[in-house]
Amino acid sequence: MAVKKWTAAQVARKVMDHEELFILDVRNTDAFEDWKIDGHQFEYLNIPYFELLDGVEEILPKLPIDKEVLVVCAKEGSSVMVAEMLSEAGREVAYLEGGMKSWSSYLEPVKVTDLENGGELYQFVRLGKGCLSYMVISEGEAAIIDAVRFTDVFTNFAKEKGVEIKYIFDTHLHADHISGGRMIADATGGTYYLPPKDAQEVVFDYTALTDGLNVKIGASQLDVNALYSPGHTIGSTSFIIDNQFLVTGDILFIDSIGRPDLAGLAEDWVGDLRETLYSRYRDIKEDLVVLPAHFMMIDELNEDGTVAKRLGDLFKDNHGLNIEDEAEFRRTVTENLPPQPNAYEQIRQVNMGKITPDNDEQTEMEIGPNRCAIR
Amino acid sequence: MIQANMQLDAKGLACPMPIVKTKKAITDLEEGQVLEVQATDKGSKADLAAWASSVGNQYLGTVEDGDVLYHYIRKGSNEPEVEQSFEHTVSLDGIESRDGLILDVREAAEYAFGHIDGAKSIPLGELDSRLLELDKEQEVYVICRTGKRSDLAAQLLANNGFTKVYNVLPGMNAWNGNIKKDI
Repeated sequence: MAVKKWTAAQVARKVMDHEELFILDVRNTDAFEDWKIDGHQFEYLNIPYFELLDGVEEILPKLPIDKEVLVVCAKEGSSVMVAEMLSEAGREVAYLEGGMKSWSSYLEPVKVTDLENGGELYQFVRLGKGCLSYMVISEGEAAIIDAVRFTDVFTNFAKEKGVEIKYIFDTHLHADHISGGRMIADATGGTYYLPPKDAQEVVFDYTALTDGLNVKIGASQLDVNALYSPGHTIGSTSFIIDNQFLVTGDILFIDSIGRPDLAGLAEDWVGDLRETLYSRYRDIKEDLVVLPAHFMMIDELNEDGTVAKRLGDLFKDNHGLNIEDEAEFRRTVTENLPPQPNAYEQIRQVNMGKITPDNDEQTEMEIGPNRCAIR
Repeated sequence: MIQANMQLDAKGLACPMPIVKTKKAITDLEEGQVLEVQATDKGSKADLAAWASSVGNQYLGTVEDGDVLYHYIRKGSNEPEVEQSFEHTVSLDGIESRDGLILDVREAAEYAFGHIDGAKSIPLGELDSRLLELDKEQEVYVICRTGKRSDLAAQLLANNGFTKVYNVLPGMNAWNGNIKKDI
């Protein structure tokens, strides 16, 4: 039997369409337990490739014959080896092209909604890393929020849609992934905005993203309003789009809230986080739909693949928005925090322009799961 | 450089090749000998360590020099099958405060990745030819990983006229104190 090669895009389709898949992950056990391809209907078997060097006979009974089997490793090489061994044993299997490395890089664009006068709002779901980026399109113009570093995806998408990227925003200085904002601005001539309080150490020119900033996109003047909402970082800023959507960055997620410690200042910023979540956001209308910069679990995806939920529903259901006691809140967000994201200090340096690692090094820094939230 | 019995060049090779080659190369070593694997694949470190423990080899550690990773693996984790017979033993507890010499008879690479400060390294296999480096009148506390190699070493010393020799038990695998590295 021939071994088939799947792309990350094909695997993403399986996730989005709630399809079944059996994943044989041949990375070592620590790597698998830390981070894997999440799907609603996926089953897993983790056997490190180096335990299969003498043959695959022992695992054959553990592999289903009535389901598609995908062999996955870190970069591809080991999964090809194991897939070929399984194929020689008579099994029909596929391997993931580029391995977890390509999974971590893949972005799936999902339309959130049509806006008035032909406008559109897209969410770019980075399934392998839990990052969410946004593009607002209206009459030939576009704005991007929290772009990840795969800038071609955004510039090509804009080209397909026939729009010019005018505004590029980062809600804050990211610590878990490398921003593509500045590169997109360089490539398109658009304006790159960063909150000045997060940008004190950056070594490039940017435009200040300040509270109340309003930009209008396209002839229909689609509104994008900035709302200062510190707590994850001191500069964190949210956006209200077309008076319908609240883009929250890393302050508020669907099933969790932001963590205040990634710039080393948890104690200082916990008060800001409290005020943003329990006061500033309470003054906004509850019908706004929250669009966060991350998701943590595949369960946070809606049926249509988007990650979005009404603010009023989050006030009811999100544990982090329901801690009445301020001291308890303080404890929750400063103690027992999850491990910090891989290489987060280096990633901040990259986003400040202080270091410029090559593509492989950037991939290495971003490896692993997203860890920006507190449940 | 850390001393090894054999070098394997796996530079420029992507996963799974560094491990495939290591698995092949190590068959040419004797139990207890050390293989140095030179690799550039960053993932090789975690994978070699996990592979080694899954097949019963001892992963000693990795030294990074520029883009090259030097991994050290000792074949087998079993110690020589001997009844411990050397009668003078001391406990590992408080060993560093005793007067005398701590003699570490593990392989040089094992010593390099962590030993008690002040311990002298003479691998068991070299001891016979290096006796002149030791003082017969001094207390010698012989240590290895689990107490087996040090037992053989202590017997060898006693047979050569050393009178104040002690085998330290259990050995470095139970040592929780400070360690010094020569890497």
